[in-house]
Amino acid sequence: MVRVDCSGTDCLVQVRNLDKKYYRGNEVIDVLRGLNLDVSAGEFVAFMGPSGSGKTTLLNLIGGLDTPTSGTVTVGGEEINDLSGRRLTSWRARHVGFIFQMYNLIPVLTAYQNVQLPLLLTGLSKAERDRHVHTALELVGLADRAKHYPGQLSGGEEQRVAIARAIVADPTLLLCDEPTGDLDRETGDEIIEILHRLSKEHEKTVLMVTHDPLAAEKADSQLHLEKGLLVEAERRGEIS
Amino acid sequence: MAIPIEYNLRSIVVRWASALVAVIGIAGTVAVFIVVLAMGQGFKATLASSGSSQNAIVLRGGANSEMESVVTLEETKVIGDAAGVARQVGGTPLYSGEVVVIAPFPLRSSGTDANVQVRGVSALALDVRPNVHLVEGRFFQPGLAELVIGRNASLNYEGLDLGSEVQFGGGTWTVVGIFESGGSSFDSEVWCDATVLNQIYKRPENIFQSVTVHLNSIEAHQEFKDAITSDPRLNVDVYRERDYYEQQSNTIQTVIRQLGVSLALIMAVGAVFAALNTMYSAVAARIREIATLRALGFSPASVLLSFLLESVIIALVGGAIGCLVSLPFNGFTTGTMNWQTFSHLAFAFRVTPAILIAGLAFAVIMGLVGGLPPAMRAARLPVVVALREL
Repeated sequence: MVRVDCSGTDCLVQVRNLDKKYYRGNEVIDVLRGLNLDVSAGEFVAFMGPSGSGKTTLLNLIGGLDTPTSGTVTVGGEEINDLSGRRLTSWRARHVGFIFQMYNLIPVLTAYQNVQLPLLLTGLSKAERDRHVHTALELVGLADRAKHYPGQLSGGEEQRVAIARAIVADPTLLLCDEPTGDLDRETGDEIIEILHRLSKEHEKTVLMVTHDPLAAEKADSQLHLEKGLLVEAERRGEIS
Repeated sequence: MAIPIEYNLRSIVVRWASALVAVIGIAGTVAVFIVVLAMGQGFKATLASSGSSQNAIVLRGGANSEMESVVTLEETKVIGDAAGVARQVGGTPLYSGEVVVIAPFPLRSSGTDANVQVRGVSALALDVRPNVHLVEGRFFQPGLAELVIGRNASLNYEGLDLGSEVQFGGGTWTVVGIFESGGSSFDSEVWCDATVLNQIYKRPENIFQSVTVHLNSIEAHQEFKDAITSDPRLNVDVYRERDYYEQQSNTIQTVIRQLGVSLALIMAVGAVFAALNTMYSAVAARIREIATLRALGFSPASVLLSFLLESVIIALVGGAIGCLVSLPFNGFTTGTMNWQTFSHLAFAFRVTPAILIAGLAFAVIMGLVGGLPPAMRAARLPVVVALREL
């Protein structure tokens, strides 16, 4: 099954005939097999599926962390699979915010410094960077923890700092790889709520990989992958 | 913009034990490097300070040192009368015909004999060399077997105390004075009347080995040189005294520098391996951080620079400690054989700002060499794989 249903200019992400193979010795592992996908701007999409189904690989390909074996990934009209490594790095900095399961904060930098990292790749002045970081931290409710190091924060707080870091440069896409996977239910719900708010109130396009059906329920769409193919697509409106 | 330096500084602090290995290795290497250079510099400075730019030394044509040179009494007089030579109020030209011999004296430190340069000079020697002055006793009386001793020689050798009698060269000598010459090679010498020295050593009385003249001014050197070299009665070479003594230091300084730099390079190999080990472990421990930075949009070049910078910071800390460790050696006095004169020469280590900067530069090079392969590894990490690292 494919999910190719965007209409015209509304479509932010277009994936066509996406193949990704890994090679282990003589063995070829087909992780993604001719996958097609459209995601509208401002949409909150949850990818579900068993381990090894290709969810994270798909996210990495859309985020420009990896390159496909064949097929195309177009984001905002730009076909990123043709970009050189250098331009892809620059593209990531401008267009993608990543949120990881293990938060991936830099432990020796404060929350403020962690959030500021993506802004160091922009031409913003220090005063402007300051303002952006405080806005992002306020948005996730952690303005008062700016000077704390990751080791001084709870898991939920760390993930909120990671979200602030992901949104601080105002990227086109937020890619979340199991953002609640290391959190308890209550804290996980808070994180999903923030992502939902970012999608609805700030019109961010959020692509989230999760194993948690309750987390996925908050998304506009739940897409299921199995063996490198989209096997099922559920629209929020259609579930109920 | 690059990855913030706070990232590297705090990472070093957090992983201080690992960084310490590289710091100690680099500090030790830099300290040895600096001390060796300070030794060479001290030797050179000791000899260079022996000469004055307002003095000229005249040797037989083709002679490389006083030991190989012969100047007759007639020639010394021609030289003394040449243009450019300073004169006393009464009109006496300021020159000193000199002879040198080597005499063994027991070192106070070990009791073993070491060669001391004994210089026969004229009675005007102190006027010819204003940097030499008596600090104890008096100058020798011409015609008597009397000695004035350089300060370092007096301190380093047994029996060269003021008032003592010394036997060498078949004669008995009395020490009548101690002089200082600002740490120059003369401080390691023993001076006496040149004529008496020739007599006791049964040398021809009217033969000298060099003539040192005091010039009217520094600029008068060329006038003096032209006068001497154009005189058909003379076959001599003329040097500024300072240049002559500097050139005398070349052999030993080259040997010290080559041996020292070789030793430092061997140690540097070990220090570089320590830096490599530290930085490889730093990269290994921070694979996911590196991948995260790359995912955020920092380029491989930024990562490479960041880890190189970290390695250089560690190296600079080691270099600074090496500099501090080497500082107490500044002024430390030792002695060695001057191969140009075959005599023992006392000199003080000189840790100069230029040598300290060279030491720090050496540390930076070690940091760069030790940091580059791990930094390249960090920059080349495949992001997707590295993000999965625990």
